[in-house]
Parts: sequence; structure tokens; C-alpha cells
Amino acid sequence: MSERLDVRKTYKLLIDGAFPRSESGRTYEVVDAHGAFVANVARASRKDVRDAVRAARAAQPRWWGASAYNRGQVLYRWAEMADARSHELAEQVAAAEGLSAADARASVGRAVDRLVWYAGWTDKVTQVFGGANPVAGPFFNFSLPVPSGVVAVLAPRDSSLEGFVDVVAAPLCVGNAVIALASATRPLPAVLLGEMSATADVPGGVVNVLTGSLEELAPVLASHEDVDGIDLEGALGATGDLAAVAAASIKRVLRPGHGGAEAPLRRLRAFVETSTVWHTVGQ
Amino acid sequence: MSSRPLANSELGWLAYDPAPESASLARLAPSYGLFINGTFTDPGAHEQVPTLNPATEATLATVAHAVDEDVDRAVRAARHAYDTVWSVTSGAERAKYLFRIARLIQERSRELAVVETLDNGKPIRESRDVDIPLAAAHFFYYAGWADKLDHAGYGANPRPLGVAGQIIPWNFPLLMAAWKLAPALAAGNTCVLKPAETTPLSALILAEILQQAELPPGVVNIVTGDGATGAALVEHPGVDKIAFTGSTEVGRAIQARLAGRGTHLTLELGGKGANIVFDDAPIDEMIEGIIDGIFFNQGHVCCAGSRLLVQETVADEVLRRLERRVEQLRVGDPLDKNTDVGAINSRAQLTRIEELVAAGESEGATRYSSSCALPEQGYWFAPTVFTDVSQTHRIAREEIFGPVLSVLTFRTPEEAVSKANNTTYGLACGVWSEKGSRTLWVAERLRAGVIWANTYNRFDPTSPFGGVRESGFGREGGRQGLAAYLDV
Repeated sequence: MSERLDVRKTYKLLIDGAFPRSESGRTYEVVDAHGAFVANVARASRKDVRDAVRAARAAQPRWWGASAYNRGQVLYRWAEMADARSHELAEQVAAAEGLSAADARASVGRAVDRLVWYAGWTDKVTQVFGGANPVAGPFFNFSLPVPSGVVAVLAPRDSSLEGFVDVVAAPLCVGNAVIALASATRPLPAVLLGEMSATADVPGGVVNVLTGSLEELAPVLASHEDVDGIDLEGALGATGDLAAVAAASIKRVLRPGHGGAEAPLRRLRAFVETSTVWHTVGQ
Repeated sequence: MSSRPLANSELGWLAYDPAPESASLARLAPSYGLFINGTFTDPGAHEQVPTLNPATEATLATVAHAVDEDVDRAVRAARHAYDTVWSVTSGAERAKYLFRIARLIQERSRELAVVETLDNGKPIRESRDVDIPLAAAHFFYYAGWADKLDHAGYGANPRPLGVAGQIIPWNFPLLMAAWKLAPALAAGNTCVLKPAETTPLSALILAEILQQAELPPGVVNIVTGDGATGAALVEHPGVDKIAFTGSTEVGRAIQARLAGRGTHLTLELGGKGANIVFDDAPIDEMIEGIIDGIFFNQGHVCCAGSRLLVQETVADEVLRRLERRVEQLRVGDPLDKNTDVGAINSRAQLTRIEELVAAGESEGATRYSSSCALPEQGYWFAPTVFTDVSQTHRIAREEIFGPVLSVLTFRTPEEAVSKANNTTYGLACGVWSEKGSRTLWVAERLRAGVIWANTYNRFDPTSPFGGVRESGFGREGGRQGLAAYLDV
């Protein structure tokens, strides 16, 4: 009696709420921690990057325009979806990172909890980062944190799910739209989590997940004039070059290693602007 | 009331008598050295560069041009002071130094106002009522933070960055020095300040004040010079933080230069602010707000309301009233207490303004300039308003940094927001309307760091200032301004 043959999945990009193969038709082989073939993954092109940026720019006002309560619920819904499919995630984390099943499950648990933590931030940042300013004069003056806009994130190479959640959820929860470049060598947990976002009421274009070559795609993101900020967490040796390219459009740049546990709010603040409004007071 | 603009010449019987402030209050030395490690270096040890009064082109004094070795000495002095003194000085004691500095600025405010007006060309009314009092207020405000950093919202015991290199522009020389130094010192950093090439004098008076305050040597060092001096500061490996206020072009170069290095960076760059006027705005206040928005400080203001977006239904009346008001602006001797618009800061800036105004005319916009008489000597530009401006004109896109307003019109709030945001800058905008809900709706959609509603060009130490997009990043002022100088 033969075992049932798997129905294997094609791993695709997430752009504007849809799952295209790369417009280039290219793929690359992803192997597990032991070198065994896992999948042919879409290899995004410069055109895919530009499409993702356009989608993110178009989607961002609606995401920021939703209530903070609503954004929190959407992120929490994403965590629910991830938790419900945690076995699937754990399987891919184990394969990608070479972890035992138990360690992979624990990692997924932490990733989901982290997403829940960010979900709870959406309606806190305004009060925590903003406030009223007692200016000398007949004015009501207040400062609000507002999103930078479109943020590109280079997910860490090694931490395929936990690290991915941090770099994506932080800019997202403060109202940015995100284009995430997954770890080139360990992309599948990120691709799965991206799929789950599409069933969690995350509006199309708010989260875009690309897979492919860091060397090819990161400079396109760093130089794109319609990208407002870039998290270089996964930039590896290219940090300096990418940061220099990003300077041409005065991007907000978060350097690798700067969003860690020792400064948990740094990543939240990295892609937030302070908008200050003065209004006259009078009869 | 006549709707015809009245020229200054027709107001002869109403003319003001001159009311000049005394230039001798400035008490300037003939030449200045650098302020390093608590003392002034010998002026004779440096190449001396004249700094001019832009209203007369007369030399006010000569100042030292700091070269790489001078910058290095200043940075090493700042590092030594950080390691040995300032990092072990309690917040409460740092606070008291800053309070002292605030008081000393207040005590010498009349002198400082005259120095600022002489060196910069801005009206004495502005240096006296805005620049100098706000500079003192900034030190006073941040003084209070020095021993309360645990409560600033960045977690317990936030650490300073170390040595801060600070490069400031010529448009508000002392105020920009205060914006840079006060939060940096409150947070526990030591500083090397590079004043602008054309306006070094008030910073050198501030150095005297730091001596009078007995601020420990090396905690603040002031190196005068040009762009090369600033570049040496940016390049110096001993600097932990660069704070720059100036053009987007230079800011971009600095950001690229620091890419991949551990140096922290904040940038406060250019702008092309939209001042949006709805048809229900209170017209008298709004006309004054438009005037303040673009002609304050000769338009040498990064957050100037240099694009007037006026709703079509009131455009004719607004322009008529605006022209009449522009015609009444008093342009001339900056030391005269009645002067509204002073001198352009430098020959180079005047040339840039003239070039962009010529581009405005050649691209088809309609120019109106005040008929005011301009002095023979010095650098002057008559207050100017362009109508028939389209969004693609250079005068609608590029920062002119002069007394030149570009007027565009709109029909709906959506169109106003869209036109206001149609720029790579994002520093400041104005909104004029009596309808609060509409004002807040517009404010939510403007991509700008500062939004003034029914006012313009207001500043306060408690209020964060800074831009989005290519106007830079980081804030100065308020609790948010501390983050620029803390490792958070």
C-alpha cells in the first residue's frame, strides 16, 4: 500500500493583496538547514519592487486612516491566524533554522506573542509619543506621532519568523505600509505569515512580502524615491552602501542591531514622525 | 476704504521718523579666535575672515577660519570634558548651568539683538522680540529637563550620546545655537558648534556668556569657518552625533557621508511650505499671517509659507489686500525699530533669489514687487508676490529662501491638500479657516512636521519642530527634542 503523495505548494510573492509569481518568471531554490531541497521560491525583480512600492503608497492612507482600534484588531486577527496555523509555521521554522520541533514551536509561540504585543500598541503610541505642549501664547498646541509612510524592511537573515515579525509589525502598527524582503535563505516562514495576513483583513498593499536576492533588490528599495524609510536589519555587509543610497532621498534609516530588546521602542519610533499643530485660542 | 494700493510715497505725511537702535551696543572686538576648551585662541594664530553687515557691506569684525587641526582640538576638548567632567556632573548641576546661561542671555539681550541684526541683516524688532528671547527660553526650558530625563518617556536612565557636532545656519544664528546646545547639554553631551560662515558673531558672544556662566572648559566649543570646517566636523571619528540645520543638498551629502558609520544624525533641512487659505478665513488675521509667513526674516526661513494656496472664491480679494499690505511694508535699515523687512544676508543669497525670480518671470508667472526704495549699499530685495504660478514652475518647487511668495489657487479641500503635498519637502504648512473640523481634517492629511492653524511662524521651546520627507528627520524642542541627544 503506497503512502498518499503530498500536494506541494508554490511559494509566491505578496503584492497588493495578491499572490503573483515574480513578473520575471524567475525562481530560486531554497534548501533547509541540512541542504535538502525545499522549494522553488519566486525571485522578485526590480519591477516587482516598484509594483510593491506603488501598492504600498496607495494603501497607506487607508491603513493610517482606519481607527487605531481597528488597526489593533487587524493585527490581533493576524496573530490569531498565525496561532491557528502554528504547526505549519513551526514545520517551516524547524526546516529553515535547523531547530528541533519543540524549539521551533517555541519560536513560533514567541513570534505570535510578539505580534499580539504590537497589536496592543496601535492605540497607545499617540498617547505615549505625543501630547500637548504648553507654549507661551494664546494657542492650543499638540504633537502627534504619524507614520513616515512607506517603509521597506530587510528581514534578518537568520531569524526567519521572530525577526520577521519584529521588522514588519513595528512600522505597521504605527500606520506605515510595509514592503518586506524576506531572508533570502530562509524565506518560507515569512511567506507563510504573509499569506496569513491576507486572511486577517490586512488591506491589500499594506503588507507586501518579496522573496529573492538581497543584492539585487535591496538597492532598489533603498534608492526608491517613494520609500520613506528603510530598516536595514538584514542588510548584512551592505549596510553602508545601502544607507548611502538611502541618503539621496533623506530616508529614515534604522541600522542593524538597533531595534533590539534593550531599546524595545526604538523600532517603533524609527518610522514615526512628530506632527505638531498650533491652533489659535480666542473668542 | 479704498481698495487701491497706497504706495509708500503717498504716505509721506504718515512717514515714520527714523528710530534707530545704537550699533555701538554691540561692543564687538576687531577680531575673534576660536572658543576651544573654555578659552579663546589667539586670533592671530588663524586665517582671519571678515564678517559683513549685509545692510552696508561694511566689515563688522574678522573671525578665525578653523581648519582640520582646529576642529580636531575642539573635538578632543569636548571628549575630554565629556569623560572627565560632564558625564559625572549630576543632572541637577547641569540644569543650573543651563539656567545660568538662560539668565545671562536675558541680561545681555539688548547687546545680542544688536549683534544679531548687524551680522544677519534682520530687523531689530525681530532679533529683539523673537530670536533672543526664544534663545533664552530654550535654555530655560531644557535646563529643567536635565535632572528629569528618567521621566521623558525613554525609559529609566537614558544615556547621552557623547560628543555632538552641531552645524547651524545663518538665518537665526543665536536661536539655532540655542536649539542645538540646550537639549544636547541637558541630555549630558558635550558639543562642538560650527556657526554659519556669514553670521558667526552672536555665537562668539555666547561663548563669552558660557565663560561668565563658568561652564566647565570643553563642554561647549565653538569653531567658526565655512563649509570645509563643517565637513571636518562631520568627518571627525571622535564625533558621536551630528546635528545639522541647513539646505537639503548639504544634508543629503552629510547623510551619505555618515552612512554605515555609528554616528547619530538629525537633519533639519529645507522647505516649501504651503499656506492654505479657505474662503471663510478671518481676512485681516489671514493677510497678516501670509505676510508673516513669507516676509518674516526676509523669507530666510526654512518653514516659510512660500506657497500661498488660496481658495478661488476669495483669490481676487486676498490678492488685492495682500498687495496693499506688501506695499506698506517698511524695507530698509535693520537697526530701525520700525523696519519690517531687512537686508538679504549675503551677496550669494541675493544672487540665488534673483536667479529664481528671473526663472519665475521667464516661466510665465506674473510678478509684483513692492515699489519701496531700496538702499544703495548692501543686499536688498523688494518683497515680491508671483501670481499665475503653476505647480511645475521652479518658484513653486524650489526653496527660494527670500521674500518671494508664489500664489496658487484651489477649489476644494482635497485639491488644497494635494497641492500642498506636491513637493519633496515636508516641513511646515499653514491652514486658515474658521471651521475647526475642516482645519483638523486638512492638518491630518498634510505631510508636514509643523502645522499652523490661523497663525504662522510661531516657535516655542516646548513645541517640537522639524520635518518629514526631504525636510529632514529628528525634532528640536519639546520632550521629543531630547531624543536627538539620547541613546534611545
